[in-house]
Amino acid sequence: MTGGRRRTLGLLAVGALLLALPPFLSAYPLTLLTQGLIYAIFAMSLDLLLGYTGLASLGHAAYFGVAAYVVAIMTTMHHAGFWTCLVLALIAASLVSAIFGLVAIRAVGVYFLMITLALGMVVWGLAFRWVSLTQGDNGISGVPRPRLGPWSFAHQTAFYYLTLATFLVALGLLLLVVRSPYGMSLRGIRESEGRMRSLGYNVWLHKYLVFILAATFAGLAGFLWAYYNGFVSPVEVQLITSVETLLMVALGGPGTLVGPAVGAGVIVFLKNFVSLYTKRWLLILGGVYIGVILFAPQGLMGALRTGHHQNRKTLGWPKRAERGGPW
Amino acid sequence: MTQVPALSLTDLSKAFGGLRAVKGVALCVAPGERRALIGPNGAGKTTLFNLISGELAPSAGRISLFGQDVTSLPSHRRAALGLARTFQITNLFSSLTVLENLLMAVQALERTKLMLLRPVSSYPHLFARARAILESVGLSDKEGDVVKNLSHGEQRQMEIAMALAGRPRLLLLDEPTAGLSLAESRLMTELLKELDSEITLLIIEHDMDVAFALTDRVTALHNGSVIADGHRDEVKANPLVREIYLGSA
Repeated sequence: MTGGRRRTLGLLAVGALLLALPPFLSAYPLTLLTQGLIYAIFAMSLDLLLGYTGLASLGHAAYFGVAAYVVAIMTTMHHAGFWTCLVLALIAASLVSAIFGLVAIRAVGVYFLMITLALGMVVWGLAFRWVSLTQGDNGISGVPRPRLGPWSFAHQTAFYYLTLATFLVALGLLLLVVRSPYGMSLRGIRESEGRMRSLGYNVWLHKYLVFILAATFAGLAGFLWAYYNGFVSPVEVQLITSVETLLMVALGGPGTLVGPAVGAGVIVFLKNFVSLYTKRWLLILGGVYIGVILFAPQGLMGALRTGHHQNRKTLGWPKRAERGGPW
Repeated sequence: MTQVPALSLTDLSKAFGGLRAVKGVALCVAPGERRALIGPNGAGKTTLFNLISGELAPSAGRISLFGQDVTSLPSHRRAALGLARTFQITNLFSSLTVLENLLMAVQALERTKLMLLRPVSSYPHLFARARAILESVGLSDKEGDVVKNLSHGEQRQMEIAMALAGRPRLLLLDEPTAGLSLAESRLMTELLKELDSEITLLIIEHDMDVAFALTDRVTALHNGSVIADGHRDEVKANPLVREIYLGSA
């Protein structure tokens, strides 16, 4: 059985489990699974930016959070319905990224990292201080589970399936994008912007568009998160959230889409599991990150692809240098 | 020149702080002409190429492509006007395959590059053209190889292939034989000789044999200024050029 076939079968098995298992799970594992799927969408959106285009952003949580806040505000203060919230959340995320992108995309490498970090902080600051809108660090609570016509998604299992459906739609759309001519141009930009420019690509435009696209998908994740958590606070847009998501992509394997989704699941379970025993989750997170860089720089998916043997030969640095980018 | 020049540089200068890399260069290349740009290291040849292709903005002067002032146009717009270049230090998409590299080059000036929701495989004309170019440079059997695994000579061939993808009218070749063995240089020279005679060529070359085999007009650069410009025999005989190229040509 070839590696590719084994991987497809593995993914189908995981997919089957995701579909069939939930009615038999108790509440806590089910909520973890739901959370994992929401973060999987978030991580895949960042992969589009980081893995495919080579743009490392430390402020991606901004768009996740903006969408979550839109849902929270619209449901608690205006009793808006599911579709209204979806449209407004996605518009908010893309609008904010469209504005931020004008500033950020002109920066390259480390400077892009710094600008996205700064912009993320701006959103966090607004969430914290614009108390009349966001309730500051008290957060907005009481976000009800959505209703779609006669169906209520209040029950955990129902909401899980809604999340799964959204995840599959997001995955499908992202797969289309990365396989498209535009998706191919992103890889070219990651490898050599100079070459792309001399070939005739408007590199700025392609980067700007992917920035907005990635932010919109992050917004989709944030939209679900508000309903899932029932409570939205500045935590959603804080730096740690962006960093954890970056780690999900690195751990899963940048540039594979499915890898970051798996990475998200791993981090979510790890975080919740570790939190039972210690408050030092961030220490563990840092340790995992260092481990990934040293032993599996292409992430879990990369390790599966090239084989454990090959990864052990190098410490990862040469691969980093080849890939370029602001690490 | 009665016809519109393919490339026209007027009083072109570029200074990096105190360093004046290019000083008031004037150059005129006719359509279909083959021109060699020679000069010792540090003469400003690659800087001149970077100015022409748009990688660098000039400090002064104007650049015209086929009669159109492109001085303030970004690189990708100049490419759309028919300009293509190769790089002295191989600049390919190293973790992608040979075919993927060519596909990237082929779709660069087409509308399909912004298509989001249909797979690349649904555009067979891109594949056909990519394969045709690979055939013309002799890399057809390397189609599926990852570029970083190619030999240096094959990578230099790729540089040419990539530049040809957009059907350029003006081709800037930056040391096409850099790092090649004698045999490989000969093959490269043959390949370049077979290029469409309608394409205007401007070649930076250190290897005088290659330069003179491919071109008949030569411009010599030294310390950022043009010191000789004319037919290769004239330039070869120019005392200033001989002095600078002590021992070569």
